[in-house]
Amino acid sequence: MTEPLLQLSGVHTHIGPYHILHGVDFAVPAGELTMLLGRNGAGKTTTLRTIMGLWQASSGHIRFDGRDITTASTPDIARAGIAYVPEAMGIFTDLTVRENIVLAARSGPVDKNRLDWILGLFPALKRFWNLPAGNLSGGQKQMLAIARAIAEPRRLLLIDEPTKGLAPVMVRSMIEAFRALKSSGETILLVEQNFYAASALGDNVVVMDDGRIVHSGAMSDLVADKDMQQRLLGLSLDAHQ
Amino acid sequence: MSDMAAQSSAPAELPRAKTDWLPLLLIPALGLLALPFVGNPSTWVTLTVAGLAMGMMIFLMASGLTLVFGLMDIINFGHGVFISLGAYATLLVLGPLAGWALSDSIGLNLALLALCILVAMAVTALAGAVFERVIVRPVYGSHLKQILVTMGGLIVTEQLIHAIWGASPIPIPLPQSLRGAFVLGDIVMERYRVIAVVIGLVVFIGMQLILNRTRIGLLIRAGVENPEMVEALGYRIRRLFVSVFIAGSALAGLGGVMWAFYRQTLTAGMGMEVMVLVFIVIIIGGLGSVGGCFVGSILVALVANYVGFIEPKLALISNILVMALVLIWRPQGLFPVARR
Repeated sequence: MTEPLLQLSGVHTHIGPYHILHGVDFAVPAGELTMLLGRNGAGKTTTLRTIMGLWQASSGHIRFDGRDITTASTPDIARAGIAYVPEAMGIFTDLTVRENIVLAARSGPVDKNRLDWILGLFPALKRFWNLPAGNLSGGQKQMLAIARAIAEPRRLLLIDEPTKGLAPVMVRSMIEAFRALKSSGETILLVEQNFYAASALGDNVVVMDDGRIVHSGAMSDLVADKDMQQRLLGLSLDAHQ
Repeated sequence: MSDMAAQSSAPAELPRAKTDWLPLLLIPALGLLALPFVGNPSTWVTLTVAGLAMGMMIFLMASGLTLVFGLMDIINFGHGVFISLGAYATLLVLGPLAGWALSDSIGLNLALLALCILVAMAVTALAGAVFERVIVRPVYGSHLKQILVTMGGLIVTEQLIHAIWGASPIPIPLPQSLRGAFVLGDIVMERYRVIAVVIGLVVFIGMQLILNRTRIGLLIRAGVENPEMVEALGYRIRRLFVSVFIAGSALAGLGGVMWAFYRQTLTAGMGMEVMVLVFIVIIIGGLGSVGGCFVGSILVALVANYVGFIEPKLALISNILVMALVLIWRPQGLFPVARR
C-alpha cells in the first residue's frame, strides 16, 4: 500500500494549560482532497496549525512525504512543500495583490503560465492587481489567500474554512476553484463547516470532535448516510442546501 | 515570479493604489501658516531650512527604531545608546585624520564626514548585533521586560562609553568647509544643515526604494503586519528580525554622527536626550512606518523652530501639542501600518 502524503499518528497538542488535541490519527492520500469536518471547537484549526508547526505537538508524530516533521520549524515545513491558508486568510493588507503573490513565490520567478492559470481561477484579482490587498472584499481576500498558496507548485495545501462568511455566489465560485485545483492534481486538506461545500468537493472525510478523530472514510459514504451525518455533525446535508 | 511576469499578466489599464497625500500636505500647510507669524520671508526661509535639517537628523536617528518597533514588536529604550555610540565612533576617525578636518579642501572634509559615517555605522551595527543577542532576544514577547532590560543595557553601555572615552564632554570640530553659511540676499542657510538635509533625503529615498522595490523590503513590510504568515510562506523571520535590528542600530549610528557634528560636543547621554523626540516622531508617524517617521520628524522639527522663534515659551510643549493633535486626527499615526 502506498504511504499517504501526510500521516498524523497519536498527535497531542497543548496550548498553554489547555489540552486541545487528544491523539489525532489520520492520513491524507496524495492527489486527493480530504475534508476535515467538525463542530466549532472540535480542534480542526489546531490540527492544521500543528501540522504547520505554528503550534508544536506535545507528543505523537507527523510525517510528510516520508519525513518526520513533528518538530520542524514552520519555515522548514513550508519549504518542504506545504502551503497554509489560515482561517483569517493572513493576507498582507498593506501590500498590493501583486506584491502578496510575488512574496509567496519564494524560490524565484513564477512561471507566467502558472500565473495566467491562477488568474484564470480567480479573475477578480486582476482588477485589483496594483491595489492594496486591504481594499479587497472578504471573498476576494480569500481568493488572494488561495492564489498566494498556489503561487508556486506545492505538495500539499492546508486550507482553513475558505467559505466562512462568504455570500452563496462566492461559495459557488470557491467550489469551482477547488474543483479546478483538484483536477490539476493538487493534494488538499480542507477544513470546512459548510457540509454542502464539503460534500461537493471531498474524496475523503475526517470528522473531529473534542480534539479526537471520530470518523474517517470516503466522503461518498458519509453523503449517503444521513444518520451518520446527524450523529457526527448534528446536521444532515439537506439542512445545508 | 519575476515582477515582470506578474506585470505582464495583468491588464495595462489596472487602477493603481491611491497615495494618502493628506499627511504630506501638512508640511507645506504648516510652513504657509507660520509665514505671517514669522513676518520676514528671509527669516522664514532660514527657519524652514534649519527645521528641515533638524527633521532629517531626527529622522536618521528614529527610522531604525520605527522598523524595530513595527517588525519585531520590540520596545527598545536602549536605542539612544547607538546614537551616542555612533557619535563617539567619530573619534576613531577624527583622531588619526584630524588634519582632514582642518583642511580647506571640501573634498577632504566630505571624505572625512563619509568616513565618520561608515565607521560609526559599522561600530553601531556590531553593537546592535551584540545588543540583540545578549539583551533583547531573551525578552521577545514581553514589553515590560523589554523596557527594563533595554534601559539597563543603555545604562551599562553609557558607562562603558565613560570608561573608554571619559565622563567629560568632548568637543569635536566641524570640518573647515562645512562651517559657515550660504548667504542668498537676506537668507542664511548653514552649510552643515544643508548637508544634513541632503543626507537625510538620500537615506529616506534609499529606504523607500528598499522597502518598496526589493524582496527584502516586501518581507519587512509583510513581517510588520503578520510575522507568522511570513514564516508560513517559508521565510525565516528571526533572521530578518536580527538584520533589521542591526540595520536600525547602524542608522542610529549615522544619526549620531550627524547629531554630533551639529552639537560639536560629545556626551554619553546625548542619545538618550533626543529619545523623547524620537519616540514622538515614530508615534506621530505610525509605528513601523518609515514614511510616517519622515513626515513626523519634519513636522516636529519645523514646529519646534517656528514656535521657538514666534513664542519661545511655548517651544518646550510644542512637540507634545503636535503629537496630541495628530493622534486626535489619526489615532494610529499619520501613516498607520496594518498590525497583527
